Amino acid sequence: MVREAAHTLKKSLLWDLLTTVDHKKIAILYLIAGTLFFGKAGLMAILIRIQLMIPENTFVTGQTYNELLSMHGTIMLFLAATPLLFAFMNYFIPLQIGARDVAFPFLNALGFWFFFFGGILLSLSWFFGGAPDAGWTAYVPLSSRDYAGIGLDFYVLGLQISGFGTLISGINFIVTMITMRAPGMTLLRMPLFCWTSFITSMLIVFGFTPLAAGLALLMLDRMFDGQFFLAAAGGNAVIWPHIFWIFGHPEVYILVLPAFGMISEIIPVFSKKRLFGYTAMVFATIVIGFLGFMVWVHHMFTLNLGPITNSIFAILTMLIGVPTGIKIFNWLFTIWGGKLRFTTAMLCASSFVPTFVLGGVTGIMLAMSPVTHLYHDTYFVVAHFHYIILGGIVLGLLGATYYWYPKMFGHCLNETLGKWMFWIFYIGFHLTFFIQHILGLIGMPRRVNVYLADQGWDGMNLISSIGAFMQGVAIILLLINVIYSAKKRPNHPVDDPWDGRALEWATHTPVPEYNFAQVPQVRSLDPLFYEKIHGDGKMKPTEPLGDIHMPNGSFLPFMIALGSFIAGFGLIMKHMDAWINPYIVVVLGLLVMFGSMAVRSWKEDHGYHITKENVEAMEREALADERNR
Amino acid sequence: MADHLSEPFEKSAMTNEEKVKTEREMRIQFIAFAFMIALTFLAFIAVGAEVAPPGFVISFIIFLAFIQLFLQLYYFMHLKDKDHGWANTFMVSGLVLSIPTIVALILIIGVVKY
Repeated sequence: MVREAAHTLKKSLLWDLLTTVDHKKIAILYLIAGTLFFGKAGLMAILIRIQLMIPENTFVTGQTYNELLSMHGTIMLFLAATPLLFAFMNYFIPLQIGARDVAFPFLNALGFWFFFFGGILLSLSWFFGGAPDAGWTAYVPLSSRDYAGIGLDFYVLGLQISGFGTLISGINFIVTMITMRAPGMTLLRMPLFCWTSFITSMLIVFGFTPLAAGLALLMLDRMFDGQFFLAAAGGNAVIWPHIFWIFGHPEVYILVLPAFGMISEIIPVFSKKRLFGYTAMVFATIVIGFLGFMVWVHHMFTLNLGPITNSIFAILTMLIGVPTGIKIFNWLFTIWGGKLRFTTAMLCASSFVPTFVLGGVTGIMLAMSPVTHLYHDTYFVVAHFHYIILGGIVLGLLGATYYWYPKMFGHCLNETLGKWMFWIFYIGFHLTFFIQHILGLIGMPRRVNVYLADQGWDGMNLISSIGAFMQGVAIILLLINVIYSAKKRPNHPVDDPWDGRALEWATHTPVPEYNFAQVPQVRSLDPLFYEKIHGDGKMKPTEPLGDIHMPNGSFLPFMIALGSFIAGFGLIMKHMDAWINPYIVVVLGLLVMFGSMAVRSWKEDHGYHITKENVEAMEREALADERNR
Repeated sequence: MADHLSEPFEKSAMTNEEKVKTEREMRIQFIAFAFMIALTFLAFIAVGAEVAPPGFVISFIIFLAFIQLFLQLYYFMHLKDKDHGWANTFMVSGLVLSIPTIVALILIIGVVKY
């Protein structure tokens, strides 16, 4: 087949994936890795719910429970939600802005491998004396060297390394969207998914840096006898929660904003209307991004920081309700009067709206600092943030999966199975978490592994566990759907099954390496839809067909990240009875890492060209496919 | 096409006008550098002379630091130049986000509860 350009064809699948710098293949890598971590953390959630299903259960010990709970939170936020969102961002930002790749393809691969090795390092903790057990927040006295075991070392270094990857990708996305937009794609014509990803990337740059600093301090404390957080040695433990939440609150928006973007892509397509209040949506996103940095203390209302502090942060927190409300109403007005098609993607997107409102309302309740003393550390908080994360991010991700799957893999997912999945998931989700609001209000604390019978909690916990199992079944149904749809796929791939509006639907499926043979001219918001109505349904080209310059694949990103992994593991070996001096391992890792960087710097690599003839042949083949459909 | 990418050019491709511009830029860099050294000297003298009260010295040095920051960003790192709009946006939004955060953090962490 000519449709794969000559260079990738020579490689085996594995070697191609290890060395690729193509944003679409990196997206698939993110998708696979993210799904694996998602499955792992989901399984932990099921184990947690089995433990809490009946009072005084002895399914797992308290220590194991703490480890499960900490790893569930840490993996879900850093290693499942983030890469799954990055998968879609990687795949669709260049397509939606009419670019051939991201601005720095090499850095893109480097970001993925840093994330991947960071995740592996964190997961290795299970085999070396126990996972981190201080919660995903790792509050200090509990996570200091006096109280926490080696698991926390894995937490600190694993997150540090995967954080590098996230930072690198964030910077890459920002530069891509600033510099690589197609002619006519002004900032206020960018699809909302690009806009929310843009703000998310800004939040990553400003938010992950404090996290990196905080983790570095904790590492110094734990491994090099530092005393930043040790009260006995003159340190201050309160600084850790501050630093953590200065990062941690923006992190919530880092995750939910791209999901907002996905919803804003799906709803207009299935309502056959342009997005209501596009400009207001963009500015609401910016305002949310800004306010997200000004509210971190609302996680620490019970820390006795003083009434004025608490009131200021309470008001700032409630203020976020305003731009979020703007978004909710805009989605509703987009649906209103539209020509609705309730596919699985649309079911996820439209049910996202009321679910997210529920999470938002409990968020405003939690923002009231006087009352929060009642809710604090109860299941009410657990219910609240799961409404945001599952009802917001996961529903967005599921919707995006059904919506974008045909572009990524050439065939739609089965709709019947999809609707079964959606309803089982949706009902299971509300069973699990709605009842936890009540459990919290009648006093069940979070992060406990056992509870006594006959406090009125037994039935509700059982219902909650049943809901969790239903969600597990739904995700298994999704996997079955993936396999089933791949088996039943039509002979020819589909280009534009949903009557799409944004630029990604103007490409051929499978998307050729160079995305667009000729960079398209964008004439409006929803450029493809504009051409369907006012033009001939095809994007107008801005350049003649010609040779296309592409970057070479490289194994170096893998090696750089591998070096950091070895160095990180070496540092952790300080706390093991190792047969080798840990510093030898550290130096070895750093050598691999900086050596690979040096090779990258001094070895010249100007990429290669796909010739005009090759491009023409590939385009002809794609068009022939379209005619055969 | 990609054959001679790593070979140096024989002749500069800049026009005369551009060369004059670069020279002026060079002069500005030197002046800014001298000015910054002078500011550093002032800071040292302010402490070393031991004439002013510490409260004044501290605020004076912080004031100098802000001038220094401005010079550094706008003259040394070219933020003043054309086509630096995005770099400016990000620097300014970083400052807008981090200054309230740091001020709030210092206020909150203190012994006094507000």
